[in-house]
Amino acid sequence: MNIPEQLFYTREHEWISVKDEVGTVGITDHAQKELGDVVYVELPESGSAIAAEEAFGSVESVKAVSEIYAPASGRVVEVNTVLADSPEILNQDPYGKGWIIRMHLDDTTELHTLMSAQDYQRYLAEEVGE
Amino acid sequence: MRYISLTPEERKQMLDVLGLGSADELFRSIPAAVRLTRPLDVPSAMSETEVVNYFETLARENTSAQSNACFLGAGAYNHFVPTVIDSIISRSEFYTAYTPYQPEISQGTLQSIFEYQTMISQLTGLDVANASLYDGSSATAEAALMAARVTGRKCILVSPSLHPEYRRVLETYVRNLNFQLEELRQAPDGRIDRDSLEAQIGENCGSVIIQSPNFFGVVEDIAALAQVVKAAGGVLVVAVTEALSLGLLQPPGDLGADIVAGEGQSFGIPLGFGGPYLGLFACRDQYKRQMPGRVVGETVDSQGRRGFVLTLSTREQHIRREKATSNICTNQGLCALMCAVFLATLGRKGLRELAEQNLRKAHYLRSLLADHLVFSGPFFNEFTVRCPESPERINERLAEQGIIGGLPLGRYYAERADQMVVCVTEQVSRTQMDEFARIFKG
Repeated sequence: MNIPEQLFYTREHEWISVKDEVGTVGITDHAQKELGDVVYVELPESGSAIAAEEAFGSVESVKAVSEIYAPASGRVVEVNTVLADSPEILNQDPYGKGWIIRMHLDDTTELHTLMSAQDYQRYLAEEVGE
Repeated sequence: MRYISLTPEERKQMLDVLGLGSADELFRSIPAAVRLTRPLDVPSAMSETEVVNYFETLARENTSAQSNACFLGAGAYNHFVPTVIDSIISRSEFYTAYTPYQPEISQGTLQSIFEYQTMISQLTGLDVANASLYDGSSATAEAALMAARVTGRKCILVSPSLHPEYRRVLETYVRNLNFQLEELRQAPDGRIDRDSLEAQIGENCGSVIIQSPNFFGVVEDIAALAQVVKAAGGVLVVAVTEALSLGLLQPPGDLGADIVAGEGQSFGIPLGFGGPYLGLFACRDQYKRQMPGRVVGETVDSQGRRGFVLTLSTREQHIRREKATSNICTNQGLCALMCAVFLATLGRKGLRELAEQNLRKAHYLRSLLADHLVFSGPFFNEFTVRCPESPERINERLAEQGIIGGLPLGRYYAERADQMVVCVTEQVSRTQMDEFARIFKG
């Protein structure tokens, strides 16, 4: 299981990396494996406001549709439009080309409520049994 | 299910297993005071001949659209139903209690639904049609919910000339969902007042529900309304109660409608005292993931052969539970098949001819009632008239002559108690229309 060190993680299996109040958000390697082949990603509009722990989009695979929850509150500044035509990159490169949105964070201290890579690894082991 | 009663031997067998001597012993635990000691108060058995006579006598008391000339429409239409429909839907492969969807065993059913969807898509001028919903009213309510999901706005604008019963179903659907319904204004010609739409649509109100031809029979200017809705970033739902109008009028999708929800009863489904009917539903490709209900798609199997399967099921209730696009819908499989057979039997040209016949006949009756018209807007096969005496009284006099009259509007619109909606289908003859006009005028 690939769990990069420098990222923050949610209990709903999203990740966020932050640089200068701008966060890049995606779903984890574990999430893409559980979903299976992704066929569609429902994206928010650039400029829309999103709230921590609320759904801002969804990922549809051949067997399920799952919401994507915001790791923090803020405003969407960019969406990965490549996903519209090539949703499979979410499976191929969940932490890289498969990023979903970039957002401007309202309050970077919100990140303290998220998990570190070690926490997420433990969480997966305990809660999910991996 | 078999209707074969038990033999005394079978009863004895069961009692032996239970270790009882008689059926009375079986009920011993029930206090004697509440046990029935006399035979049930039901009529004694009849012979087959007696049963047939009994029901035929009862049936003769019905006034049906088959036995009487019918000028009643407003959501249920007396159209010809070709015999081939019953013949095809009665095949045991189709006529099952539930629609099987496993592609391994159901290619025939799935293909028939796929063809139904294709024809509905062509008739509505929209990219995607689902496998059908319950009926026109629930389809319209589903369309309103879908439009609200797409726009993310809480207020829904509703035409005052949406079928009042559709409106009530819509009210039931949204009652506990924290949506507001706001009514649009009607212009004197019977159409939606475009300015009122422009004034009411906005940041809070994005979904617009109209009906065309509307409840009063008037054909709306869909293109003009669609422009306003589009400019405001909204979603336009066009409800259709008289599906046959689609055989002649420009498809709503071509005019800018985003969703069409309608009643398919006109397409080969008998009036049947109000059901079962057929909910038509189609939308633009960009909204297909918000569309309720089942969708059959075309694909290829492992050997590259053409085949059909359910598609986009991940958003349905059995998988997405409370987050599904709808939790109160199903596919009217058999009625959708009736519709598909009807459309395939008539073909593009036949459907147009049938629609033209309706249009011409209705306009003939209109020419006889020209002094009584309420609205000046264009119409298909229904129009509203102001009655020289109470509409109910006119209907009584028509009934005496074996004619089913129009729909009095007083029960839906208090201010229209002197009006009725009159419908003319291909089933009505010129003589019957002359008779209607004579009696109507007193």
